[in-house]
Amino acid sequence: MLQILRSDKTVRWTLFGFFVLAVTGNFMPTWVQNNLMFGMARGLAVLGLMVLWRTGLISFGHALYFGIGAYAVALADKHFGISDIFLRLFLAMGTAGFVGLCLGFILRKYRSIFFAMLSLAFSMVLYGVLVKVEALGSTDGFSVSATSILGWVPESKYTLFCAIIVASAVSACMVQYYLKTGLGALTTAIRDNELRVEYLGYSVAQAIHFKYVISAALAGASGAMMAMALGQVDPDSMVNWTVSGELVFITVMAGPGSVIAPFIGGVVFEFLRTYAFELAPHAWQLIVGGTLLAIIFFLPMGLWSLLERIWVRKGSSS
Amino acid sequence: MHKQFAYKVLRSAAIASAVAAAAMTGATAQAKDTIKVGVVSFLTGPAAGPFGVPGKNGAELIIHAINKGELPAPYNTKGFAGATMDPVYTDEAGGNSKQVAEYRNLVEKQNVDALIGYISSGSCMAMAPVAEELQMLTIMSVCGTPRLFEEKLRSVVFRTQGNAVGDSIAAARYMTEMFPDLKTYTGINQNYAWGQDSWKFYSLAMEKLDPASKASSNPQFPKIFSGQYSAEISTLSLDKAEVVHSSFWDGDIEAFVLQALVRGFFEDKKFVSVVGASAVDSLGKKFPKGVVMGTRGPYGLLTRFDRSRALNNWFVDAYKARYGVYPTGPSYQYAKAVLYYKLGMDKAAAMAGKFPTQDEVVAALKGMEFESFGGSVKMALGGGHQAIHEVGYGITTWDKEKKAPSATDVKFYSAECINPPEGTLAADWLAQGMPGAKC
Amino acid sequence: MQLLITIFLDGLTYASYLFIVSVGLTIVFGVLKILNVAHGAFYAWGAYAAAYAITYAADMEYADWIGFVCIFLAAAAVGVVLGMIIERVILRHMYAQDEVLIALATFGIFLILEDVILLVFGVNPYFAYQPMALLGRIPVGGISRDVYSFTLMALACIVAFGCWWGLTKTKWGKLISVVIYDREISQAMGINVSMVYLIVFVIGAGLGALGGAYVAPTLSVAPGFGIDVIVLSFAVVVIGGMGSIPGALIGALMVGILRAVAVHKMPELELFVVFAVMAGVLIIRPEGLFAPAKARTI
Repeated sequence: MLQILRSDKTVRWTLFGFFVLAVTGNFMPTWVQNNLMFGMARGLAVLGLMVLWRTGLISFGHALYFGIGAYAVALADKHFGISDIFLRLFLAMGTAGFVGLCLGFILRKYRSIFFAMLSLAFSMVLYGVLVKVEALGSTDGFSVSATSILGWVPESKYTLFCAIIVASAVSACMVQYYLKTGLGALTTAIRDNELRVEYLGYSVAQAIHFKYVISAALAGASGAMMAMALGQVDPDSMVNWTVSGELVFITVMAGPGSVIAPFIGGVVFEFLRTYAFELAPHAWQLIVGGTLLAIIFFLPMGLWSLLERIWVRKGSSS
Repeated sequence: MHKQFAYKVLRSAAIASAVAAAAMTGATAQAKDTIKVGVVSFLTGPAAGPFGVPGKNGAELIIHAINKGELPAPYNTKGFAGATMDPVYTDEAGGNSKQVAEYRNLVEKQNVDALIGYISSGSCMAMAPVAEELQMLTIMSVCGTPRLFEEKLRSVVFRTQGNAVGDSIAAARYMTEMFPDLKTYTGINQNYAWGQDSWKFYSLAMEKLDPASKASSNPQFPKIFSGQYSAEISTLSLDKAEVVHSSFWDGDIEAFVLQALVRGFFEDKKFVSVVGASAVDSLGKKFPKGVVMGTRGPYGLLTRFDRSRALNNWFVDAYKARYGVYPTGPSYQYAKAVLYYKLGMDKAAAMAGKFPTQDEVVAALKGMEFESFGGSVKMALGGGHQAIHEVGYGITTWDKEKKAPSATDVKFYSAECINPPEGTLAADWLAQGMPGAKC
Repeated sequence: MQLLITIFLDGLTYASYLFIVSVGLTIVFGVLKILNVAHGAFYAWGAYAAAYAITYAADMEYADWIGFVCIFLAAAAVGVVLGMIIERVILRHMYAQDEVLIALATFGIFLILEDVILLVFGVNPYFAYQPMALLGRIPVGGISRDVYSFTLMALACIVAFGCWWGLTKTKWGKLISVVIYDREISQAMGINVSMVYLIVFVIGAGLGALGGAYVAPTLSVAPGFGIDVIVLSFAVVVIGGMGSIPGALIGALMVGILRAVAVHKMPELELFVVFAVMAGVLIIRPEGLFAPAKARTI
């Protein structure tokens, strides 16, 4: 595995890019750090969605796992006082992954619109429960206390910032590794022609199931990181179908080109949102919707394809 | 070639962050003649019209007056410890997570000196931990959940508005005094902290004040901002209970009243509205008469044409002149919070002999007692951070001469009558039968 | 007994407006094969347009019954104007693309339309109660109900009948059925499929708007209005079968009555039951309970 990773160009650039970010992050104002944290946290979920998209599936219900991750952290904090980052991540990813495993048995048989609708239905089931049940916070949600690392409670948010960077970098590399293996390479093959993949001897349903569980765990981690960075969870910001819509938007905007793309997309989205709110608080949904349409029409392979084009041009000119 | 590119990236990143750091340090130097304060209220959505905008207007009016030193004596000194306030009006809408992000933005990007506001109990509960984390002075002006200080004491969070305990106990006392024959009650409250707490404390109080009273087994808790209550109205109509308690505020109370009015709801049930006066003002003559209405304190409908005092008279006249309508509860509540901040700043400046630090202001604000527009406010609970004041109820009617909505049989209950003593949880105090209540 | 009648009537009221909204969605899916997320925006626009018109008429002191005229005018205007703009400008270029991609594009349109509402109608809620107040109340099952909800049920029946009659008895209806069955062959036979698509989309939009417009007097029309309704219409359409009008009727009845039962008996489960049933139907019978028979193309 290390052999593959060391030789892979994307992995090297990813690690380098994140390292630079971690170092420069120390000098950035806190609000920039916050936005970067939120953007990268979302990028984790989008990474999982991107894997599904390469398989030809779009899930309109990933807010389910995002919410499970976030609420797992919040509830563990409220009832058991768990504040350690490793425990929290483990809980979040574990719960989300487990739910993904169970639901995956059902979902792996569906395609296109039905897959989207069924995943939407499951996420709205959770939303309905959270909103109505008082013990789960109803529409208020919960606050999340500060995160500790193996007993030490850090002074500033910079530690959490680095932790999120590490998590993102590790996930990106792991997914890249997966995509390079035999089963991972099947991803786009399944999108193109399922029947042929079956003839080759692979089980499409199992492959999709596996990818689904990965994306669920990643979304769970993403929700957990978001909860830790923000300090608050509530159903409308984390489980409602509009959250799934946002994640899908970032997926489409970033494009399926590379494992770094989701994180770039997430960060761009976060800064876009901050500035849109300041400049035009009643028009930011318009901006998101317009951007989505523009991307679907003019840049269907997302922002990453734009970046690739620039680099290729640079490469060929030098 | 890769190395060259890498160097380029690293260099530009270093330059960029250095520039950013320089820009940031320049902006945080504390000025002594202006202070920047975030004022947060609902500027969009169903809560804006009845609550958010009047609140913002109340704050705006009094900030303007204080900056110029135009308040009646003894508040006519200029500014906040001499400094002019530059308010940053922010929208409270969008959910708690969004508000937390906004709060961090205001503190870390816009570098405010303090925050005043917050209407929804959900917002207050979500902001308090963040305020404590960032150690930013926050004066909460409206929200009503007692959990804010009962769950945990706070060091930099204050609230100038009494909580749901006082509102609910006053309502229960009013009902048992005015309508002792109505024994059964039910409720429709929004399903979040404020609604849940209002119902809880109303039932606890009723249980103690009239042991023969009976709560319905099916009180309604629709989602906040739902706007559609036909099924809930059907359920309430079927319920045998004679009294319906509701802590609905914002656009929900207007929607509920309109939908219930068509179905003759108010002819069959006695409606107790803890804070629905905004609907009275907007619906005017259409608002049903005979509703038991509260305003969460000496404001608006219950004190509009009484309570002649210099500050109240000035406020009512100035507000009407500037905005064309009379001030309502939220207008008073926001103005009160700003006034409190001024008093704290002035007191701290006098004690320190210079422009006060945040710690000095916090120490000055703690436990303060001051004369507000309609009555006095004592920061008596929550370690000196939670206000108590009188709360009143009245019965809605239409005044034909003044051609305005009005209230009859107005009764006020003093702060010590409806609030537990410092250090006792409200639920416990009620369970013990409210020992030491001075009514 | 009173409780049963009340629950039933509450459920029917709810089902009626859900049906009117969802039938537009299901028709558009059946003919154009598009899952139109922007349908929620048609609902919201219809409600806002009607509420605005009604409150304007009330301010101008017109008779209260003018409010009803406002409702139908508003729905028609929204359907025609918005429907035509969206279909011609955006959707027409996308018919060849993947279904899910089109759904995403309609999601983008939904977001745009939601914000345009804020810009056009402002951020405060509208209370256009006049038509509802005009019709007064009637005692049924031990409580007073508003007569308006019964007219809503009547409207739903008219819409259902209208759709059935339109599809089976008129020339255009037969053309639409043919296009549903096989688009390529219809085009080869000389049917102007492009025009059929436009007309169907406009009708679907108009029905969505009608649902919103007729319901506007019974509630507070505020920003964020379309968000909850769109997922509920998805649930209805999925349960009944995408593309099936009787399916939309059954789906709406199921969702409406389930929700009414939940509100009266187990309020915590109100939203949960609807989506649980939706998930259940998708698992057991993904095409829905009443899916139209599809020819299998190779």
